[in-house]
Amino acid sequence: MRYAAVVDVMPKEGIADPQGQTIEKALPALGYGGVAEIRVGKRIELQLEAAGPDEARERVLEMCERLLANPVIEVYEVTIR
Amino acid sequence: MTRTDPAPYRALGLTEEEFEAIEHRLGREPTHTELAMFSVMWSEHCSYKSSRVHLRNLPTDGPEILVGPGEGAGVIEVAPGIAVAWKIESHNHPSFVEPFNGAATGIGGIVRDILSMGARPIALLDPLRFGPLDDARTRYIVEEVVHGISAYGNSIGVPTVGGEAVFEECYAENPLVNVACLGVIEDRLMHGRAEGPGNAGVLFGSSTGRDGIGGASVLASAEFDETSLEKRPSVQVGDPFSEKLLIEASLELVRRGLVVGFQDLGAGGISCPASEMTSKAGTGMKVWLDRIHLREADMEPFEVMISESQERMLAVVEPDDVEAVLDVCAKWGLEARVVSEVTKSGRLEVLKGDELIADVPAEALAEEGPVYERRFERPSWIDELQVATSGDDPPEDLAGAFLSVLRSPNVSSKRWIWEQYDHMLFLGTVQGPGADAAVIRLPKGDVAVALTTDGNGRYCYLDPYEGARLAVAEAARNVACTGARPVAITNCLNFGNPEKSDVMWQFVEAVRGIGDACSALGTPVTGGNVSFYNETKGRAIYPTPIIGMLGILERPSASVGLGFRSEGDVIMTAGATSPDDLGGSEYAKVVNGVVAGKPPGLDLDAERALIGFLQEGAASGLLHSAHDPSLGGLVIAIAESGLASDLGFELEASFDHRILFSESPSRAVVTCAPEREVELEGLAERHGVPLARTGLVGGDRFDFGSFSVAKTEATDVFENALPERLAASMSL
Repeated sequence: MRYAAVVDVMPKEGIADPQGQTIEKALPALGYGGVAEIRVGKRIELQLEAAGPDEARERVLEMCERLLANPVIEVYEVTIR
Repeated sequence: MTRTDPAPYRALGLTEEEFEAIEHRLGREPTHTELAMFSVMWSEHCSYKSSRVHLRNLPTDGPEILVGPGEGAGVIEVAPGIAVAWKIESHNHPSFVEPFNGAATGIGGIVRDILSMGARPIALLDPLRFGPLDDARTRYIVEEVVHGISAYGNSIGVPTVGGEAVFEECYAENPLVNVACLGVIEDRLMHGRAEGPGNAGVLFGSSTGRDGIGGASVLASAEFDETSLEKRPSVQVGDPFSEKLLIEASLELVRRGLVVGFQDLGAGGISCPASEMTSKAGTGMKVWLDRIHLREADMEPFEVMISESQERMLAVVEPDDVEAVLDVCAKWGLEARVVSEVTKSGRLEVLKGDELIADVPAEALAEEGPVYERRFERPSWIDELQVATSGDDPPEDLAGAFLSVLRSPNVSSKRWIWEQYDHMLFLGTVQGPGADAAVIRLPKGDVAVALTTDGNGRYCYLDPYEGARLAVAEAARNVACTGARPVAITNCLNFGNPEKSDVMWQFVEAVRGIGDACSALGTPVTGGNVSFYNETKGRAIYPTPIIGMLGILERPSASVGLGFRSEGDVIMTAGATSPDDLGGSEYAKVVNGVVAGKPPGLDLDAERALIGFLQEGAASGLLHSAHDPSLGGLVIAIAESGLASDLGFELEASFDHRILFSESPSRAVVTCAPEREVELEGLAERHGVPLARTGLVGGDRFDFGSFSVAKTEATDVFENALPERLAASMSL
């Protein structure tokens, strides 16, 4: 079976997020006041072969640990469709 | 908090005795916030509690030394009115937990140390130690550390001009990431002092978040085990663009005379400058926590006080100048707030709203940390090690042995690493990566400095005293090879767990060795850093003191490189070669798989003589090239001089492997024009340096007399060894 997976990667709570901080500083300069707590992450989409949704999830989680995310400073969420 | 619940201070890395000392000093139980502040300020990393009694014995005075140990960085006068700041730091533990950000924030930290002296950072050097490259995790660490250094260093616009990379089993689970930085004082020397009660404390730079909480106590002051990976939230993430703004804003504040003193926030967070700056000035400080710009709203007071968020500085400003300081920071896009006030009390008082949540003598935090005279004892294994065979058995064939040593990643070209670094920025780099020492022309005046880092862990493992002396001598020699006069060192002392008597013995011996060599060579210690607890699963690294030597080159145009200059030049070997100096050598390790015996013997008088010879040889224009044999000995040194300028050579005598691969110190392979050979001999004689004619530059072979290889083959091996070993990681 072919499954579609979506991985959302976000910086861990409490970890500095220079990208988010830069946007937070830039928005008011463009006139967008009152914006706060900006965090920037990434979304990865992929398709994979697996026997079932559980196996698909298992494999994507392993990919996250080893390559797609940096588990030291990032958290991730996997959605299988 | 009650005494029946010891967990909080233990979790913060304090011992019961230390907790009691704090209680005794305060005359009451410390609050939670106070305890957190003590835990970072009294950590090994900040207080040097195990090393202080020994570091006291190092020579620190010299005619050129303007600022010695104890400040953000040492300051050296290189010419009348021109001063530089020079310092080395370690970021070993963070780089093991998160190699990219650990290495990147290591650069950020040392750059701010230099900046805190009022100096503009202009050059970086990175001595690195990793495990063998046949391990996938090591290859990952190497790539990420190098990437972290280049990402941060290149972004802030400071060139990386030198360093080392050494690969050895003992660093497999405890890599060493040391970083040295040079800065030039632009307008005036700054001191990290909070003078003048009534003055304001302005915190400027990035916001304060939860990153790096307790980094000094948790990461840098305890050895690693299986649970290390759970200590992850202590990792800091660097933001080089903020650092660049911080550099420019700080230097503008200095230039316009708007600050009384400032200090960066590194290990220990704001607790560190708040206590150190006041303690040095004999003042106190009131800190209003509510005024600190936070990244997360719900931070606990203790978290705010010890957060190690990067890219922050604390400046002490006269009340009339506060407006101007805030304007300068706003201009550079940096958040800046008045968060504290200098007082006469001698105390560090922290307020949250109207509530006093910490009130401790500044001196107690900054100066009165515990001092340990840890037990040290010469371990019995060292005797067995020293009498064991040093691995000097002859090779099956000399050419094969030469190529094996040349292929060793410790010897082969580090181009793959330094190509990722910006190393020519500012056009001041006279000699960059790959040279014996980097030569940097200073922006003011026609004067250059030569910089190098050296430290052979293997020698120090076999004999820490001799190994440390050899490291200082090699660093001085490297600097002298460019024609510069060695003037001062900064040192980074990487060791295992000081609570073990054999590790402590290694430390004591190494410090004694550094002191003796620095005294003999007239190169005082301007400061440095101690990194203990470099152990994983109870296995310590080789004792690895890294010496960062700074030399002065009065005429940058007279600098001498390591590469041969022209065909027909005469190759001479200055200094004596002993066939018994193969203990701990690259030959013994690579060819015979042995690390044992005694390290090479060093005579500091001979070293001083050679240094004088090299300096005068460069200044008089006699020397066309100079390069010191170190790892791999004479064969590798001569080969490297050929490789650096793509010229072959022919030696005039045949030597056996014990001469060819001997790592005797106090030697240099030099070349001169054939018609000036006699003159060079005269110079060597005047300095009391033995000088032997060795061969001629020219041809398309590396002809060592007893064997020879094609220049193209040597080049191929030298250039491709490291990338080929790393390439394996491309297939994950």
